Amino acid sequence: MSFDVEQVRKDFPIFEREVNGHPLVYLDSANTSQKPVQVLDVMRAHQERYNGNVSRSVHTLGTESTEAYEGARARIAAFIGAASPDEVVFTKNSTEALNLVAHSAGQHLRLGPGDEVVVSEMEHHSNLVPWQLLCERTGATLRWFGITDEGRLDESGLDELITSRTKIVSLVHMSNVLGTINDISAISARAREVGALLVLDCSQSVPHLPINVAELGADLIAFTGHKMVGPTGIGVLWGRYDLLAQLPPFLGGGSMIETVTMTGTTYAAPPARFEAGTPPITQAIGLGAAVDYLTGLGMEAIHQHEQAITAYALDALTSIKGVRIFGPATTEGRGGTVSFGVDGVHPHDVGQILDALGVEVRVGHHCARPVCSRFSVPAMTRASFYLYTTTDEIDALARGLDQVRKVFG
Amino acid sequence: MLDGLYQEIILDHYKNPHGKGLRDPFDGEAHHVNPTCGDEITVRVNSDLSEISYDGLGCSISQASASVLHELLQGRDAATASEIHQAFVDLMQSRGQIEPDEEVLGDGIAFAGVAKFPARVKCALLPWMAFKDAAVRAGVEVGVSPEVKA
Repeated sequence: MSFDVEQVRKDFPIFEREVNGHPLVYLDSANTSQKPVQVLDVMRAHQERYNGNVSRSVHTLGTESTEAYEGARARIAAFIGAASPDEVVFTKNSTEALNLVAHSAGQHLRLGPGDEVVVSEMEHHSNLVPWQLLCERTGATLRWFGITDEGRLDESGLDELITSRTKIVSLVHMSNVLGTINDISAISARAREVGALLVLDCSQSVPHLPINVAELGADLIAFTGHKMVGPTGIGVLWGRYDLLAQLPPFLGGGSMIETVTMTGTTYAAPPARFEAGTPPITQAIGLGAAVDYLTGLGMEAIHQHEQAITAYALDALTSIKGVRIFGPATTEGRGGTVSFGVDGVHPHDVGQILDALGVEVRVGHHCARPVCSRFSVPAMTRASFYLYTTTDEIDALARGLDQVRKVFG
Repeated sequence: MLDGLYQEIILDHYKNPHGKGLRDPFDGEAHHVNPTCGDEITVRVNSDLSEISYDGLGCSISQASASVLHELLQGRDAATASEIHQAFVDLMQSRGQIEPDEEVLGDGIAFAGVAKFPARVKCALLPWMAFKDAAVRAGVEVGVSPEVKA
């Protein structure tokens, strides 16, 4: 069965609307993706027919709710090739998942002065600030990989950067700005050699690529539901079970305990240990439906579609005078997120003019300010694609950029 | 609809800014950043407002706004500067409901259209808020502190 983008678009009601009198051209999926009826229907049906709290109710609704919630966990585990559903921890988003790791792994490893945490200049703030905070709390030192002019991770100093002092390496799998997909095989091997934990921020990769954690080489990964046709308010931390079982809790409260007395508490096994309080039940079930939807289309087919769109976009953008692309120039080792600058025009102005034409792109520093600094610009314009993006939409972007040049010419 | 935003006057100030560049001596300086878009501006003032200098990086709206501020406020007494400052802030927060007074705001009236774009109001106000802080540091009380809503 071949991938039919027009058929896919029919599943997304939002494409029926207009923006500022033009058909919606949504090129901001790296920010958040649109949602198909298959996900919206499941969430609505759950709220209307099955709503009850999970993991604590004896009654029928509570039981059905728990089955749906745990069923979603199992489907998400299968989607990423986890060894067991118990390796999937529900969080609010990637940010919370990464903060969880920074706290719990930092405490587990008793991080202190002399220890090092390694990240990269390519990180989203969500995989940078939690590690800065951890280092501030513990006295550990933060070090990082740089970025090459081509927008790749600079691994030239790998053996000097990751050493016996390194306790945690936490890297972005696919850059939310440059679109770069990092081949982490050498870093993973080096981390293993020195006994450091490897954490991957997969917020931009899990929605777009076939990912199998058994082959990835990471100990923990984080991703978020709303970038993969699921709802906001739900994210995932995956970890090797034996590792999760050693980590202390992050947030305390209901559901994460084993027994509680006034003098002390023992904690539940993972994943419950890391899910204090009533979780985002409907959102988790929605993410389960999202995973079903993506699986139905096939992640490899989605990836191939995006590669074709990306090639088309790189070609279209390169042929516009005054447009400079930040990041890899070809589709090799890169995904469907393309950031660029328009000579002499601030991205905010580019975004405004495109919006007036119904073309929705992101402008600014994309929560990755060091990446902008690396390329000596205060901000960038970013077009990002997904399973529903068409070449017509790329053409609309190119026409919009012509208009930008007219206004500011 | 964009005609309201990108008025010729704004594009002119953006392309040919008035009074841009930081100058010495000065009595007060402030550096403001718009954390969502990374726009930055530094404003310097003398205590008698005889000199207002600035430098910044940012979109056409924020940079043109700085140029207009320089033109409108440099060399004014504190009371007049305060009145103009207030008028500009009011205009930006009007959501397009105020008819601006050219007598008071000069080229600043071109920003009336910006008020209809809530996401861009912050851009237009950035230099004005930086100016206010710089003036306070130079011992001059000017203007108001608006609630800026994104």
